[in-house]
Amino acid sequence: MPPRGPMRAPAKPKNAKDTFKRLLDLMKEYRTRLLLVVLCIIATTGISSLTTYMLQPVYATIGQLAEEYALTGVAPALNGLITLLSTMAILYLVSVSCTYFQNRTMMMVSTSVLNRVRKKMFDHMEDLPIRYFDQRTHGEIMSRYTNDTDTLREFFASTFPQAVNSLLSICFALFFMLRLSGWLTLLVILLMPLMMMITKTIGARSGKNFVAQQKAVGALNGYIEETIEGQRVVQVFCHEEKAMEEFEKRNEAVRIAGTRAHTFASLLGPIMNNLSHCNYVLVTLVGVIMIIVGKNNPDSIFALEIATLLAFLPMIRQFSQPISNLAQQFNTVMLALAGAERVFELMDEPVETDEGYVTLVNAKKDEKGNIVETEERTGMWAWKHPHKADGTVTYTELKGDVVFEDVTFGYVPEKTVLHNISLYAKPGQKIAFVGSTGAGKTTITNLINRFYDIQGGKIRYDGINIQKIKKDDLRRSLAMVLQDTHLFTGTVRDNIRYGKLDATDEEIERAAKIANADFFIRHLPQGYDTMLTGDGANLSQGQRQLLAIARAAVADPPVLILDEATSSIDTRTELLIERGMDALMHGRTVFVIAHRLSTVRNSQAIMVLENGHIIERGDHDSLIAQQGKYYQLYTGMFELS
Amino acid sequence: MQFFRLLKYAGKYKKYLILCPLVMIGEVVMEMMLPTLTATLIDKIIPESAASGNISRVLLYGGLMLLMSMISMGFGMAGSRLSALGGMGYSRNLRQAIFEKVQHYSFKNIDKFSTASLVTRLTTDVNQTQNVVMMLVRMAVRSPLMMVMAMIMAFRMNSSLMPILAVAAPILLCAIIFIMSKAFPRFQIMMKKYDALNASVQENLIAIRVVKAFVRASHEKEKFEASADDVTATQRAAERIVIWNGPIMQILMNGCIIALLWLGGGQIIGGTMQLGALSSFIQYVMQILMSLMMLSFLFVSFVMARASINRICEVLDEEPDIVNPENPETEVKDGSIVFDHVGFSYSGDESNLVLEDANFTIKSGETIGIIGGTGSAKTTLVSLIPRLYDVTCGRILVGGKDVRDYDMHALRDQVAMVLQKNVLFSGSIKDNLRWGNEHATDEEIVAACKASAADDFVRAFPDGYDMDLGQGGVNVSGGQKQRLCIARALLKKPRIIIFDDATSAVDTATDARIRQALRSHMPETTKIIIAQRITSVMDADRIIVLNDGQVTDIGTHDELMQRSEIYKEVYTSQQKGVA
Repeated sequence: MPPRGPMRAPAKPKNAKDTFKRLLDLMKEYRTRLLLVVLCIIATTGISSLTTYMLQPVYATIGQLAEEYALTGVAPALNGLITLLSTMAILYLVSVSCTYFQNRTMMMVSTSVLNRVRKKMFDHMEDLPIRYFDQRTHGEIMSRYTNDTDTLREFFASTFPQAVNSLLSICFALFFMLRLSGWLTLLVILLMPLMMMITKTIGARSGKNFVAQQKAVGALNGYIEETIEGQRVVQVFCHEEKAMEEFEKRNEAVRIAGTRAHTFASLLGPIMNNLSHCNYVLVTLVGVIMIIVGKNNPDSIFALEIATLLAFLPMIRQFSQPISNLAQQFNTVMLALAGAERVFELMDEPVETDEGYVTLVNAKKDEKGNIVETEERTGMWAWKHPHKADGTVTYTELKGDVVFEDVTFGYVPEKTVLHNISLYAKPGQKIAFVGSTGAGKTTITNLINRFYDIQGGKIRYDGINIQKIKKDDLRRSLAMVLQDTHLFTGTVRDNIRYGKLDATDEEIERAAKIANADFFIRHLPQGYDTMLTGDGANLSQGQRQLLAIARAAVADPPVLILDEATSSIDTRTELLIERGMDALMHGRTVFVIAHRLSTVRNSQAIMVLENGHIIERGDHDSLIAQQGKYYQLYTGMFELS
Repeated sequence: MQFFRLLKYAGKYKKYLILCPLVMIGEVVMEMMLPTLTATLIDKIIPESAASGNISRVLLYGGLMLLMSMISMGFGMAGSRLSALGGMGYSRNLRQAIFEKVQHYSFKNIDKFSTASLVTRLTTDVNQTQNVVMMLVRMAVRSPLMMVMAMIMAFRMNSSLMPILAVAAPILLCAIIFIMSKAFPRFQIMMKKYDALNASVQENLIAIRVVKAFVRASHEKEKFEASADDVTATQRAAERIVIWNGPIMQILMNGCIIALLWLGGGQIIGGTMQLGALSSFIQYVMQILMSLMMLSFLFVSFVMARASINRICEVLDEEPDIVNPENPETEVKDGSIVFDHVGFSYSGDESNLVLEDANFTIKSGETIGIIGGTGSAKTTLVSLIPRLYDVTCGRILVGGKDVRDYDMHALRDQVAMVLQKNVLFSGSIKDNLRWGNEHATDEEIVAACKASAADDFVRAFPDGYDMDLGQGGVNVSGGQKQRLCIARALLKKPRIIIFDDATSAVDTATDARIRQALRSHMPETTKIIIAQRITSVMDADRIIVLNDGQVTDIGTHDELMQRSEIYKEVYTSQQKGVA
């Protein structure tokens, strides 16, 4: 069975009503099937109570026949008993079939709903802006896929039908109990408030203690993660003893909180169980007295038959069991609602908006040299720019001309991180950004592909304001190689193909050769078909960067952004791939961010950034001649030594 | 059985684990008496009392039954308390044992398990076994005892009806075992698919920029959909079997009721049985079947916890491969290092060495640079000095003595290492720096930070040295983190300090400032610097050039420029155009 959080704290949904409505909405599509399920539950609970009720006539008939036999000595006709028992058997069969049908339908419905929730959530997530991911930890988002969907699964698969079952069972049991004996029913009902009070008090205490336990467990798990993650540092600093001490402190806190929480949680079982025994005993006691009264005075309003008491006794359990279950089911429903709320929260996040209408199309030149749109892959691309005013469409060839005009940007409006940035990158030029950490280098490149939108100024791409370009098309015209290379589960080939999904094997190998990755790939156990798992954990950082470069090479876009793309490749290897890199960069507009001089020195323009301002710009020689910040950054050591 | 082996970790909480089942016996005995007493009350006492008109015996019996329910409740509550005490105590000790074991691991041991898997073992797996233990102490005695007692009581009441049970019980048992054994492997498949699904979400979270930059959202959506459908399909395959549990249970229980009513009814009519007895007999049979069901679930959860138990045992069984010698040296005389024909392989296999025949001497107080390409065994070489790994062949002397003769703590206290993949811990900056020296004064801390060029930015934080770093030190940038890690190592005031690419995220000027500070602050300390940037090592006293696991040359910058092709290549690749 799927895992459950062993120590889950009850959570309160913020808006239970609306969330519940939306949950029902999710199930709307399965209305008919759910209706059938409810009908099945009515049938099973009804039959369960009815057959218990039928014990009364069965016992009564048996008692009567026994008396007849004792008096007459003639074997009595068993017709009545046979009819009763066969009715019961038929009812049982109906009930069993209903149970199976209900289980099966709920299983299908719950898995379908879950499947849809997962897909919807993921679809939506993929369309969320980068900003969303900046503001949340991965764990926070992941838990919506794991813990929260698990509570939903539990809700659909078990809690929902069980709660309906409990409610109906109580009604049916009450109905038949009343029919059997009003007095005994009264006795049972009188004891109910006591049972409910105990359930509530213990439930509340256990809830509170589970929250406390959860906190202690959180503190312990945080410590475990951190320490194990830093285990090597712990050992280098001989910090083992200290770590064990600290661990013991938190571990003991978990034990104390956990013991309390589990004590209360498991108290409910035996208490309810034995209370219903008490209930049973009291009913038996009172029932027996009533029977005795009835024997001596058959007309008394208290008179009771043995058969009635014997049918009543199992009925008590059918009444009290669902009541104590309901308390627990209520908690699970709340838990599911809280989980659903977090799931819906993700689904309600506004997606990345895109008002762009300029698209990228395959193009070719007609006889007159005009650019026209075409279906085939020509290798030539053009921006298709419809003009709303007069309904005409113009085509601009994709070249990779990027212009920043007075661009201002801040991740939060109050805090500007880039001030009045202006720059021009002609097609085929290499523009480098240098500067210390936090100067705003990466931010600039994130603006070109519109991971973030600028607050002031304009960015033009081939003369078109990038706000007008459809985001997907804009990004397709750019390739990025980032400092932290991320690989996906799949083969090496799949990972390179990520740059261009319809790339042929030859294209992939060519790209790998450009990035000088071909050599090491061929040395992997299965070459290009080696599976990479866990973000390419079996490759070195340098190898991963080579793959990322190959991925960009296969994408073959006019604009390339290299953000510390070679920082983990040693300089000799870098030298080896330099030619490849040059080949890759040839004819493209390239934006480079690098610490290393070797990577930036042949740029047409180098921008030195500090605190979000461009403080120096020029080519390598002129910047060195200026003896300014650039000179300092890269020659500091000559002054010192 | 591995499980019982782990039970010994209960330690002082063992008494609760033993007491709990005993208390449970009390609960069951009391509970099992009730139906018999009811039968007596109805079949014997009613006719007698009705005849005599005296209900004192009814009250006596009733009172007795009430008392028994109360005692049973007391036992039950005690059982809850005891199982919580025992179970939580057990998991506490088990966790502690695993954690302590890991603390004694060598790097080699840690390499064997991934970090994530060690964390899972300490959290999820321990919880799993704890839950099984808690269930076991409450149910393992209770359910079989309940079954046996119910059988005895039922047998005493009416042995002629027992064959019904003899038919029903084995059928139920077989059905459940069949269902579980079919469903279990399917659930395992499902769990694997489920893990893969989560892994793909995780992957997308980590690489969201790549996905967006390459406009691959729809591609990822397709992949995810296939994966989600896979989970759903396997889940259905598994649950399709499990949903038979309920109906089969119902058929058997209801079948028993009908059979008992028919056969028992016949006996009553024949005068050999009474109504009260039949009603109680039915209750006993129901209880027997329920306990059977309970037992099989217990068995299943036991089987399911087996994977967790095995994983825990793996950690506990892993023997630390580096241990203290018998009469360890506790004092490191100076910072001299000798590599005496050292070879090393991670697998311990001498024919497949990653570091071959390293043979050189470093004088105390020297500054040594190490340069070499990716995979040239730079990190491996320096890891051997503080004995993070043991050499495969040859030996290493620190302060004139073999590193294997030192007390490990004494050695590592004197050989500080700033790791390439370094981490800071939650807590204030000051707390983190004190890892280097618990008793460091504020002045010492500031001095260390000044030397590592960290003082300026630390002071710029609103809380300065008291700023909280967050879990894993997330609140500082990469370069800042590296500088804090250096300060932490400096506070140790070691005889040898090793920087393993420790300033890669620090800009060149700051890097140079740090090296300058080291030279003036710790002239006695041997300094070993691994770097990608040649500027970081070129002013060292000597530079070791590593290539493919071999020391190809050792010398000063000028000497190497003269004679080492590799060094020259690295130099020119980085320095072109500077002068």
